[in-house]
Order: sequence, then structure tokens, then C-alpha cells
Amino acid sequence: MTSILGISAFYHDSAACLLKDGKIIAAAQEERFSRKKHDPRYPHHAVEFVLKYSNMKLSEIDQIVFFEKPFLKFERLLETYVAFAPRGFISFAKAMPLWLKEKLFQKNLLFNKLKKHDENFNSDENIFFSDHHLSHAASAFFPSPFEEAIVLTADGVGEWATTTVAVGKKNDLEIKKEIHFPHSLGLLYSAFTYYTGFKVNSGEYKLMGLAPYGSPTYEDKVKELVDIKDDGTFRLDQKYFNYATGLTMTNEKFHNLFGQKPRDPKNEKITQFHMDIAASIQKVTEEIMIKLAKAIRQEYNIKNLCLAGGVALNCVANGKILQEKIFDNIWIQPAAGDAGGSLGAALALWHIEQKKDRVVNSNDDMKGSYLGTEFNQEEIEKELKSAGANFEKLQYEDLISKTAEFLSNEKAIGWFQGRMEFGPRALGARSILGDPRSDKMQKNLNLKVKYRESFRPFAPSILREDLSDWFNINVDSPYMLLVADVNSKKKIEMNEEQKKLFGIDKLNIKRSKIPAVTHVDYSARIQTVTKETNKPYYDLISKFKEKTGCPVIVNTSFNVRGEPIVNSPTDAFNCFMGTELDYLVIGNCILEKSKQDPNLKKDYTKEFELD
Amino acid sequence: MSFIKEFWEFLKVRKKYWLLPIIIVLVLFGGLIVLTQGSAVAPFIYTIF
Repeated sequence: MTSILGISAFYHDSAACLLKDGKIIAAAQEERFSRKKHDPRYPHHAVEFVLKYSNMKLSEIDQIVFFEKPFLKFERLLETYVAFAPRGFISFAKAMPLWLKEKLFQKNLLFNKLKKHDENFNSDENIFFSDHHLSHAASAFFPSPFEEAIVLTADGVGEWATTTVAVGKKNDLEIKKEIHFPHSLGLLYSAFTYYTGFKVNSGEYKLMGLAPYGSPTYEDKVKELVDIKDDGTFRLDQKYFNYATGLTMTNEKFHNLFGQKPRDPKNEKITQFHMDIAASIQKVTEEIMIKLAKAIRQEYNIKNLCLAGGVALNCVANGKILQEKIFDNIWIQPAAGDAGGSLGAALALWHIEQKKDRVVNSNDDMKGSYLGTEFNQEEIEKELKSAGANFEKLQYEDLISKTAEFLSNEKAIGWFQGRMEFGPRALGARSILGDPRSDKMQKNLNLKVKYRESFRPFAPSILREDLSDWFNINVDSPYMLLVADVNSKKKIEMNEEQKKLFGIDKLNIKRSKIPAVTHVDYSARIQTVTKETNKPYYDLISKFKEKTGCPVIVNTSFNVRGEPIVNSPTDAFNCFMGTELDYLVIGNCILEKSKQDPNLKKDYTKEFELD
Repeated sequence: MSFIKEFWEFLKVRKKYWLLPIIIVLVLFGGLIVLTQGSAVAPFIYTIF
């Protein structure tokens, strides 16, 4: 048996993954353990977890692989500084000490960190380095249900590449084309994330959520920044950007073009201007992705598409590619960001470097992305008792039935079952659940439970078999990475007066039978649920359907704004006591808020830095 | 030592020999900062004046 440990770290979202004979055994992000969102540090706890889960010591691992090549990254940095000199000296002076002290000697750094897991680990001979975008592409292709596929990856930047096209056949995967830094779709989107006052590398999701409130009135201006060719390739006009040499994303010329300074999130509110900007950049991003997809479909004549890289988390763009019917099938890696690089690097080493065979799984090989920590009933009760929780223990059927009852009574529920998800989305293992039919649910969850901006939409989880009755889509979307419109039978059309409303005012209008998960443009970010991937979650939604006739529930991640998703029962209890969640369902235990010791309540609003 | 070997291999594969002088200067200045525990120009100022 061969074991491979994959690691991604030192930029953002560090993570670890373990393969045994090419099978994914465990994977987790460091942030879940360290409780620091997007933690970039060496993933000590995540490595400890994957080793413990696999019953292995580090010295027993055959190969260790890092998700990118530090020398190549250093080459890119130096060449960029030379190309832009003397601009960029301040950034150069800040970056170089870090590289010369630490990052350039990453093999040594990794070795020293790894040795902390096991004294008997004493050779760096089996540490390998993959390529950033090859890791992304491998994470998208090898676990996919396809024998053959085109793989499109797009993110901020790896070593040099920012966008790549690869072709995967059986156990082989080859990158065919690349677009290089500084021309980057991910960085273009991030520039607008920064400009609208959200945090780069984390607030991109909010920008996407904001887009449906605006109209793309600035589309032409965005196109002054980026030259898009017919095949979807693009070049960014560097005179408007500052990321290649400076410490911010955009510069004065950019701000003058759009007529406003970047929004200061502490002092300035989001206005219609920011919504229109969001709509414009979203439209241009979709245009680029669709053109790229059409061009590669035509060039390679392969009917399956795999997506990864941070841009693949733009589920609205993914939904548009699906809608255009460019490819017969699409599969998106659920951990599409850098965390998934740890998985891709390990798979690339196994299949490409060591030429090991690949058995295609018709469902995909990600096990529903439930690859993280798991707690048995005994461990759950022990942790809850030591936290001072007051809980009731129920049989499985009663637990499902009672939870469905609470949901139908518009209660907000913390749901903690089975193995934790790998990737940024909660998929029914560490989730907050609600009734989508409720008018108040979206506002209530946003403001009282998650403490986040009221404009942000929630996603529906739906039984796979009922999907096409409720939404205009009929393909699997197990990882919440596709967006589609609510079915016209379930829509409630707005009257003329309501249509005239702008921005967030529109959100208060009931637009469908499931208003809590219907965005202002009638779209929804869908998760399809099957019995095979998550039985308790499937049973819960089925029970809810039995009681209410609605096979849909609201699913949002189990955390508050700025907090990583909960990992352990203790984290879950803390989050439960720090928010206005009504019930916590964890293993076979149910906790009712009104029965908890009020002294255990926490002021959770200031606990985490806003993102 | 293995780092130097690996980095040399890297420059050879990438055919980026022109980066070498930049790296040498950076490493020298980096070394000076470590040795002098402060500014890299301090030893030169001392010799001139």
C-alpha cells in the first residue's frame, strides 16, 4: 500500500489530504482547527488529523507533496519586479526578506515542520513539489466521473499561470495552454472585490451575491480594463492596476475611470453604485468564462468539462456555462480554491508521476466531500457535558422527525452530523438549517444568527428527485456550485410597482414559494441531496417534505460572519450559545436554547474579525 | 548545500541564468543584514568615513 500526503500552505487556505493507493482517505483545512479564517500557516492540525484518521505515523508515509513550486514563484516575483522597475520597490523591499529568510527554502521549512509530527521522520528525499495549476487541474479531473475531459482552471495566480486548459484522459492529464500573470481573471474579480470594500481572497462571494441587485451599467468601462478576444483569452491593461508592484489592487486611474474611490467598509454603506459595479464585473466574468468554454469545446471536441481554481467557485458563471449547453457534462471540484490544491497535488503524483491506473467512479470520488473530522456519540456527549450543555438524547427516527417539526415551525437549527466537509461550502454536515417558505427567514438568519450583511442570499438543499419541479435545472449539483432559476410554477411575479424597487428593497418582496432561498433575480445556488452521499440529511429533508410538501430547506454554513465553519462539538456549542439559533442537533443529541444555562451565553458578535 | 544544487538545476532547466546576479546580490545583502543585525549599508558607511 502506498500513502501520499498532500499539503497546501503559505498563501491562504492551507490544508492537508491523505491518499492510500490513490483513494482519498481524509482531507481538511487548517482554519477549522486553528479557528482563524483562511489560515495560511503550515497546516499542523490538519496534517495531525489526516494521519490520525488513517492510523499512520508521518514516518510511515511514502511520499509528501506540496501543491506548488516555490522556485518558479520566486522567478515570477523577480521578473515582475525587473519588468516594472523602479515601480514596485516598496513591495519588493517587503517581499524579499520574507523570501530570503523562509519561502525560498521551503523544502527545508517543510521538513522541519513535518518533523514535529514524528521524531522518526528524517529524510527530505520523499518531499515533492507539484505545480499550482496542475494541482488544481488534477483535483478537478481525477476524482471526476469522466474517462476523458477538458479541464479549465482559473484563479488569482499560481507560479506564472492564472488560467489553464488541460486535457485529461484516463490516468493522464496534460496542460495544453496557459495565460500568465499579470493577466488574471481571478485578480480582475479580486480588484473589484477590493474596490467595493470587501476583503480580497474572501469577499469575492459577497460581490457575486451583490450583483443581482444592480444592472451592468459599467460593463463598457470594465471592458476598458480588459481586452477580451473571441476565444475568451484576455489581457488586462496594467495601467489601471496596482497588484503587480504595489500593496493594493487598484490605482488612481482605475478610481477615476469609475468615478469613485474604493469603498471604506467601516464608514461607507453599500450603494446602488456598488451594486451596478458588481453586476458589471459579474457579467464580464461570465462572458470570458463562456467564450473560453466555447473555444475549448470546439478545439478539443471533448464533451465533458471539469472546473477548478478560485474562479470555479463563481457558481453563477458555472450555471451560465451549463445553461449555454456548451458541454454535455460539467463537474466542479468542491474544494476549488487553494485548499483543494493539497488533494490535486497528491493525485497528480499518484496518477501522472507514478502512472498508476485510475478507476472512474460514475458518482465521482469525492465521497460527497465529507472527508473531514468525525465524532462518535460518546465523544459528542463527552464534549457537550464538559461544555456544560443541557441535552436530550433521541433515537434516530425521533431525532429526524423532531428536527423536521422544528424546521416547519420556522426555527433556526444548527445541524452537526457525520464527517466535516472539505471545501468552503457546508453541505449538510456542519450546517445551519431553516424553513425556505418563511418570509422572515432570510433576514432573521442574516442578522440574528450569522451577523452578516442583509443582502446576502441563502442556498437551498433539495432532494435530487424533486429538483426539476422546483428549479430550471435537472443535473446533479451536490456541491452547491451551480446556480439556476426557480421554476416558473413556484415563482410569484412582482407587480409593476414592486419591479420599480431598487436594491435591497426588492429583497423584502415575496418572489416565490421559497422566498428565503430565492435571490432578487429569481436565482438560487442549489445543492442536490441523495441518500447515497448523506443519509441523515436526506432523511431530514424527506421528513420535512412529508410534513410540509416542500422538499427544500435552507442550508447555510454553521458559523457566524468571519468565523471558520465549526469543526468539533465544542465549536458547535459555542456558536449555538453565541447566536440566536433555536436548536442544536448534534449526533443523536438535541439541545434547546431555552433550556441552556444563560451564563454560558457568549457575545459572539465581536469574537471574529469581519471579512 | 542541497539548496544551491537544486536552485542551480532550476536555473538550468528554466534557462534563466540572468537571474543569478540578482539572486547573488540579494543573498549577499541578506547575509549582511543578518550579520550586522541592522542596516545592510552600515558596514560600507563605516569603511568610507
